[in-house]
Amino acid sequence: MKKVYFDHSATTPVHPIVAEEIIPYITGKFGNPSSVHFLGREVRKAVEAAREKIAQGIGAKPEEIVFTSGGTESDNMAIKGAAYANCRKGNHIITSAVEHHAVLDTCEALKEEGFTLTVLPVDKYGMVSLAAVAEAIKEQTIVISIMHTNNEVGTIQPVYDIGRLAREKGILFHTDAVQSMGKIPVHVDDLEADLLTISGHKFYAPKGIGVLYIRQGSNWQPVSHGGSQERRQRPGTENVSGIIALGKAMELVVSELEEESQRLARLRDKIIQGVLERIPHVHVNGHPIKRLPNLVNLTIEFVEGESLLFSLDMKGIAASSGSACTSDSTDPSHVLLSMGISPQNAQGSLRLSLGRDNNDEDVEYFLDVLAPIIDRLRAMSPFFQQNMIRLRLD
Amino acid sequence: MRRIYFDHSATTPVHPLVAREMDHFLTGDNFGNPSSMHYFGRIALNALDEAREKVARAIGASTGEIIFTSSGTESDNMAIHGAAYTNRRRGNHIITSAVEHHAVLHTVRALESHGFDVTILPVDRYGMVDINDVEAAITDKTILISVMHANNEVGTIMPIAEIGRLAQERRITFHVDAVQSFGKIPVNVDDLGVNLLSLAGHKFYGPKGVGMLYVRKGTPWKQTMLYGGAQEHMRRAGTENIPAIVGFGKAVELAVEKIDEESKRLITLRDRMIKEVLDRFPHVELTGHPNLRLPNHVSFVFRYIEGESMLLSLDMRGIAVSSGSACTSGSLEPSHVLLSMGYPHEVAHGSLRLTLGKDNTEEDVEYFLDVMEPIVTRLRAMSPLMRNSDANIPAE
Repeated sequence: MKKVYFDHSATTPVHPIVAEEIIPYITGKFGNPSSVHFLGREVRKAVEAAREKIAQGIGAKPEEIVFTSGGTESDNMAIKGAAYANCRKGNHIITSAVEHHAVLDTCEALKEEGFTLTVLPVDKYGMVSLAAVAEAIKEQTIVISIMHTNNEVGTIQPVYDIGRLAREKGILFHTDAVQSMGKIPVHVDDLEADLLTISGHKFYAPKGIGVLYIRQGSNWQPVSHGGSQERRQRPGTENVSGIIALGKAMELVVSELEEESQRLARLRDKIIQGVLERIPHVHVNGHPIKRLPNLVNLTIEFVEGESLLFSLDMKGIAASSGSACTSDSTDPSHVLLSMGISPQNAQGSLRLSLGRDNNDEDVEYFLDVLAPIIDRLRAMSPFFQQNMIRLRLD
Repeated sequence: MRRIYFDHSATTPVHPLVAREMDHFLTGDNFGNPSSMHYFGRIALNALDEAREKVARAIGASTGEIIFTSSGTESDNMAIHGAAYTNRRRGNHIITSAVEHHAVLHTVRALESHGFDVTILPVDRYGMVDINDVEAAITDKTILISVMHANNEVGTIMPIAEIGRLAQERRITFHVDAVQSFGKIPVNVDDLGVNLLSLAGHKFYGPKGVGMLYVRKGTPWKQTMLYGGAQEHMRRAGTENIPAIVGFGKAVELAVEKIDEESKRLITLRDRMIKEVLDRFPHVELTGHPNLRLPNHVSFVFRYIEGESMLLSLDMRGIAVSSGSACTSGSLEPSHVLLSMGYPHEVAHGSLRLTLGKDNTEEDVEYFLDVMEPIVTRLRAMSPLMRNSDANIPAE
């Protein structure tokens, strides 16, 4: 059966060139970079070279790059480390309603510990407004965390403006760039970020590796304890093969960014157009223009998201109804709800996130497969029947 | 040049069979996110479940008690921080030992500044914790005991089962860092009587970047370190590192499979090395317990020589060793382990650790002994401390 992977926001395959690069570090070059002997020195050099590549990729200095085990750890570290380090200055944290749970749940945990929290609303596109941020800032505000782009609907936030405002006010600004890295430019100065989160497996590096960028001079403190790795900012033996992979993946995505994002945007628009033409009662979620080139989020009315995913899966198409991290739960997406979408419609959401192996054929296959699935599911839906009757009566 | 790796306590090469399984999950259709419901996700979830079963079986646990983490350090942090805060209402006293890994000691120290009381138990000259000291330290407020299974610097094996029984009697949560012992001596959670136990993949031929925390069912423990997704039954957020977890599972299986045979082989090599070094070189002492020590672990203090100089000289001859823990090798501080065993600063500086592994042979040991002889002679000839002592100490 034809297999089409449209779930690159959940995870991506490891790029073959990246895989090739890391294999020597899984087998032969196995040293601990903290070791003084030849095996240690050999991998230390490779780790530092990767750090430089990553720094270069996001416009940072190598010493501002801290390797972590993933985006979730980076988000936790960023926010907690900033909150604890500045707790004498104030106790107020600002974030948005559409953040990843790694940010939202960390902020909620800090609230339990006595910090105060403002969770900003978003508009119908999932966009945070600069004015709302400005209004929320108090004397006690110490951290603002707003994601670069949303993982469920792809909306690009006005991060630069928020960052500049934060800098003016002397507030640390963290941005989760897990979904944007490799799809749109991510540059720490252009985004005015003090802290920035990256996750390897979202751009063709393996799982288990991430980065926290910490701008030099930021008042931030480590949150876990142990060895003196990563300039005492993150203890634990370095995941050498993961770090090497991340360096290579960064190099590749940055060099291919412009061309690839144009190609993806064209495929994305083809999907949107195709779906809207062929299927009635469909809405596109997220911002119409300020959105990730590779992400489509649709509400297909009168269809239950899970059944739709299951039917697509039977046809070899891997998609999702939202974030993979919460796919166990049956709660409707907190992102869609905060955009004002009804719980019922939020249940019918479909997220398609494209990647480097996808092509026109995949899109056409998807469009061909989708229409009959929707017809079948709607034929079984009592909501749809009622609605059709209502429409006829109207 | 001949290359010999005698630093298996720092890290180990990935076993070829482990690498092969990992490769499988770095390519092809096996890259899915286990939280995804589709085909790609299900493959990953199956792999995750299988690895978890292997690990549970190997340490005598059930699958629901296994949490995959990113490292031994993370497991230690999670275990201690979580146990401390979950039991905060019952008490605020934590007991640990002076020779723990920094992932434990520094975590406990950090808790101390947040209102927890900490007792750091002393050790004897072998680096051993005394069960009587543990018992004497326990108060009404004690909520957690954390003692390592085997020490990373001197290889001493602690009386974990006894401490475990005591902790169980007093209903105190017991954490054990088994990072160094796993794969070398039996690690069974019931035999050891532990509630929480840390492992790190790269110490037993698994990859770096993956660890495990065992949490006994019913233990008053909640995660308090990492918030986000619902992975690992809501106990460790973050997309699972599937290739590494698969590698971890395979490495666990292999480590347990050959443990009896392999530890016998390593003990022979270890004892030969110890005997020869003590026979050939004056002013050398074995550190750690002579018998209750890891099968692969050899550690000495050489008087009148800097450990670092020996390390570099051996390195020039292709032999990789360490002077202590790799995690703190950047620092010039003498080992906290040797200091707490009663070695003075200048002696602790002369430490040398040789940790053997599956690829080491008798030939390696012979080669090391041959190479070591002139190095020791040369370094001691350069040492002003040695010259002073020669004047004072009658020839042996």
